[in-house]
Amino acid sequence: MEKEILEQGLNLNRRKFLSRLSLGVGSAALGSLLIPDLFKGGSPSEDAIMDALPHFAPKAKRVIYLFQNGAPSQFETFDYKPLLNKNMGQELPESIRGGQRLTGMTADQKSFPLVGSYFPFQQYGESRAWISSIFPHTASVVDDICIVKSMHTEAINHDPALTFFQTGAQVGNRPSLGSWLSYGLGSENSNLPAFCVLLSRGKGNGQGLYSKLWSNGFLDATHQGVQFSNSEDPVLYLKDPKSMSRDERRKMIDQIAAINDLSFKEFNDPQISAKVQQYEMAYRMQTAVPEMTDISKEPDSVIKMYGPDCLVPGTYAANCLLARKLSESGVRFVQLYHQGWDAHGDLPNQMIGQAKDVDQASAALITDLKQRGLLDETLVIWGGEFGRTNYCQGKILPENYGRDHHPRAFSIWMAGGGVKPGIVYGETDDFGYNIVENPVHVHDFQATVLNLMGIDHERLTFKHLGRRYRLTDVSGKVIKDLIA
Amino acid sequence: MTYYRSYHLFGIFLLATLTWNCSEKSTDSIELKDSDQISYNFHIRPILSDKCFACHGPDANKRESGLRLDTEEGAFMALKESPGKFALVAGNLEESQVYHRITSEDPGELMPPPESNLSLAEKEIELIKAWIKQGAKYEPHWAFVKAEKPALPEKSDWATHEIDLFALRKMKENGLEPNPEAKPHELIKRASLDLTGLPPSPEILDRFGDFSGENTYEDLLDGLLADESFGEKLAILWLDISRYSDSYGYQDDNIRSQWPYRDWLIHAFNKNLSYDQFLTWQLAGDLMPDATKEQILATAFNRNHKYTEEGGVIHEEYRIEYVLDKTNTFSKGILGITMECAQCHDHKYDPISQKDYYQMFAFFNNSPEKGFEGDVSTSKPAKTPILWVDQEDLSGILSFVNHQDSTRLSISVMGELEGEHKRTTHILDRGVYDAPTIPVEASTPSSILKFPENAEKNRLGLAKWVINRDNPLTARVFVNLVWQEIFGRGIVKSAGDFGMQGDLPSHPQLLDWLAVDFMENGWDIKRLMKQILSSSTYKQAATITQDHLKIDPDNIYLARAPRMRLPAENIQDLVWASSGMLHKKLGGPSVKPYQPPGIWESATSGRGVLATYIQDEGNDLYRRGIYNFIKLTVSPPKAIIFDSSNRDRCEIGRGRTNTPLQALVMMNDPMILEASRVLAGTLLNENPDGEKALEMAFKRILCREMNAKEKSILSGYYKDQLNRFTENPDQVKPTLEIGEYPLDEKNIKPETAALMQVIVSMYNLEETITKS
Repeated sequence: MEKEILEQGLNLNRRKFLSRLSLGVGSAALGSLLIPDLFKGGSPSEDAIMDALPHFAPKAKRVIYLFQNGAPSQFETFDYKPLLNKNMGQELPESIRGGQRLTGMTADQKSFPLVGSYFPFQQYGESRAWISSIFPHTASVVDDICIVKSMHTEAINHDPALTFFQTGAQVGNRPSLGSWLSYGLGSENSNLPAFCVLLSRGKGNGQGLYSKLWSNGFLDATHQGVQFSNSEDPVLYLKDPKSMSRDERRKMIDQIAAINDLSFKEFNDPQISAKVQQYEMAYRMQTAVPEMTDISKEPDSVIKMYGPDCLVPGTYAANCLLARKLSESGVRFVQLYHQGWDAHGDLPNQMIGQAKDVDQASAALITDLKQRGLLDETLVIWGGEFGRTNYCQGKILPENYGRDHHPRAFSIWMAGGGVKPGIVYGETDDFGYNIVENPVHVHDFQATVLNLMGIDHERLTFKHLGRRYRLTDVSGKVIKDLIA
Repeated sequence: MTYYRSYHLFGIFLLATLTWNCSEKSTDSIELKDSDQISYNFHIRPILSDKCFACHGPDANKRESGLRLDTEEGAFMALKESPGKFALVAGNLEESQVYHRITSEDPGELMPPPESNLSLAEKEIELIKAWIKQGAKYEPHWAFVKAEKPALPEKSDWATHEIDLFALRKMKENGLEPNPEAKPHELIKRASLDLTGLPPSPEILDRFGDFSGENTYEDLLDGLLADESFGEKLAILWLDISRYSDSYGYQDDNIRSQWPYRDWLIHAFNKNLSYDQFLTWQLAGDLMPDATKEQILATAFNRNHKYTEEGGVIHEEYRIEYVLDKTNTFSKGILGITMECAQCHDHKYDPISQKDYYQMFAFFNNSPEKGFEGDVSTSKPAKTPILWVDQEDLSGILSFVNHQDSTRLSISVMGELEGEHKRTTHILDRGVYDAPTIPVEASTPSSILKFPENAEKNRLGLAKWVINRDNPLTARVFVNLVWQEIFGRGIVKSAGDFGMQGDLPSHPQLLDWLAVDFMENGWDIKRLMKQILSSSTYKQAATITQDHLKIDPDNIYLARAPRMRLPAENIQDLVWASSGMLHKKLGGPSVKPYQPPGIWESATSGRGVLATYIQDEGNDLYRRGIYNFIKLTVSPPKAIIFDSSNRDRCEIGRGRTNTPLQALVMMNDPMILEASRVLAGTLLNENPDGEKALEMAFKRILCREMNAKEKSILSGYYKDQLNRFTENPDQVKPTLEIGEYPLDEKNIKPETAALMQVIVSMYNLEETITKS
């Protein structure tokens, strides 16, 4: 009887499973961990959407997104503007500002003095990309990354801007990028979640994070990001209580299953069998996750590459190494956040600290993936939620100044997963204030990421309360020039 | 006329449902017979709405070729771009351009155009063809037509009352027969969970045993309805709708104190405030003549949304955002209409223009609210306008607010600007705060119900419009919500969307009968719930047969009782109540129970009093789930794992997933372990015989007697564990040392640890956290 119902459930969903298998990820994809409802078919229209995925051959199979939370300044990273040093202290011309709305923090400021980078820049690699002196490791992998200097967004405050980047809307309870990918492509590993989230914090001025950033929104809760923590429980509630061995846990799960089975005989509810399966997956996860977070087996060369911080759980470096391990094991989307980039004041000092936190490990991640032959199929993204102003907020000194939020132009980089390596894309004016060439809107960026994953951003939709939603809302175009 | 129209509508319902399963859009091929009557509402509009209205619908700015298919006038008008031709010609396929375009093999001609990523299924084309042949008759959208009581279906011995007659007819139409009645213990657990969110105690189970003598099923229902836990159960639904939380959301996410509103909700449900008053107070309590503080407190409904405390925001941008949230919450939660689309442009599916939207918005735009009142360093528990509550109120009209110290309370509520201070509302181009266009006055969409000429153009007038007997939505939406709470699925599955894109009702006549009956009987919520719970439909067993799985796997036609996993709050309630640890206290500030370390700390700016999680102690650890503190930016993890709303926005209905993370919570959460440990100790103190203690534990947790097979498995496990702990005495104390409830020295023994393991297993059974 049980077998029959199981069969029936599987038949109903075979098409769904086959479509997931067609990703070419091998048999491990059967029954993704967090797509547990074997027995529940979607509505016909949903099935049609799922059947079509992926829409074309994917270039990237997995994503690691290194989110720099708080918005790192483009002027101290990748957007070299000698004019700002030359004209230090001079007023930002009104013609350049062009009526840009200002945040409440500088709206009342009487003057907008230009301020140049405290850090020198140098050109690197075949692309001759300009990179500031506090990112030497990133500079060493410049030929593997693609720097986009022409990002722009619509929001000017952290919360809406972050939410916009991650969910495609400034407000509202929409699914995040990782949830969309989990929904669209499922998991490659039956013992790990499809969407994992890792947090770390630098010493710079920080902004809060919000669990809605890795929320499933209106998608099924199985698509929410699973947050890993650096406490003794890497995933919430993973660890068994004191004195409970694996054998004892096994035994308890068997008792539970035996009685659930009696219930199933009485009620014939397929949800009961599904529950038994979930306990089995939980049991497997209890082994798989700690193996993942244990870095004791990593060779010295790897530890050296990521830097000594990677031995300290919860640091950005440790999270980069963990991200590589998760990704290597088939986690579809690993989302890192590193807080502390919101330098309204004391910028040079804070930038040194933040850069020290992230530079070596970010570059190591690229190198590590490349050495393992995984970079081609893993998309790595580095960047914040907006840029910072070319004028100073607060007091101005060459070694101590601040920058407010700036939505019109900022820099990020992407690598691997089908992105053209070793290029610099887009250009800003001499003031670094406006984009003069190849603008990339947040929705364009999102459309491009989905495209690299084999998804047409206009076709990955979900109907909720009468409307078909998509990550890119009602706009967005794929930036083909970024794709190899 | 109205009567005739709705009568006609039901005639069509009846005919239509004879041949098709109307609530699900099936892709199976069908054969249409000429005699099959096609209904615009049930067969055609869902297709046109989903596939055509985006370009040929209500949104005037996006309308292609001037063709409008959502109104009869538009559809039969001569085509602007093809003079002499018509989109639809009644009864004439060849002359109807719609038919040619949807069947065209030329991609340039085909509708919907391939680039829209939409296409019509074979069945859909067949239906449109048949509809045109039959005269292409339009009907008003069913949910926008005033509800009338339909004629009752024929009598049946199975039926207890009207609900059953409607339900039975649907079952029979679909080849189903009702399940037998559930066993008494099942009904007791089911009704207790539905009405109070708590499991029945062994005493209640014994008392109502077989519902004989003085202890009938009706007595049980009456007792549960009179229990104060009733309000705590039903309030959860309204907390999701009113997006209640204990923090401001956004960035630093500091603490706020809206909890007296939560206490009011519980109180209002317990004293059975009629639903029309319940809505009026929340929408416009402050505008009522001689408004009491209780009525003003109710308006906090409109203020529970997020507030920014991010330095550097543009004030007006956020003030507008708050008004949008109020408007959207009102329309979704109370009217069951999603109006958000019309914030930026005319609605693409529903007859709601951008002007309609801002007319509705205008009702909520006249409160002396500010967009920003300072950053987290100057944060206060409430934002202007504020209701101040002092000791006198607490011992008087607001005695239900459970405030135990002498400080004054402040709550964000509504107020109204008068005279020259009144705000003018403008349509906002693309919904953007700094792009006002035409000024508008407060009003409601006439497609739903015309705003009465003599009503005040403020929230009080809005409330009167909402509870007007002629409003086609209010009662339907609410009875559907209650139905969804009880059966897991609304009669209209999209409980928050009764518009064109929403699901059609599975039992349209039942819905209307319930809605009208509800209004005719004074919008009496407890009466409605008792009515549903006393039906034969409700009392069926939950066993699933092969027929059920084949004909109705989703249980749309209710030939069995649903089996549903409990919501997060009620899982907590069940665990504490069954272990005897529940601290029964009504209301008060939200509490911070056990939570894995570091969750708040890893995602904070470090500012504000919620940067670190300071767990409560003592009795506050053992409260009901409804009182758990909700910090918006870092949702309580268990709540989210068990599908609760994150309270970011108005939400209607929760998902019910089944995941390994839930299994991990049930196995390892200190709450489960502590409850098991304490219950094991208590039972062993009362019954030194482990076997007997086992039976008692089972009855408390599963709400029934253990059967022989279960007993054999569980006592086998108990003996095994007893051996384990006897042979490994060093494992006893570490196993028992969980949770803050004092551990009695005399309970530190292998028996306690062994029984604890068996109890943990009981909490992990599927049946335990399932209403069935």
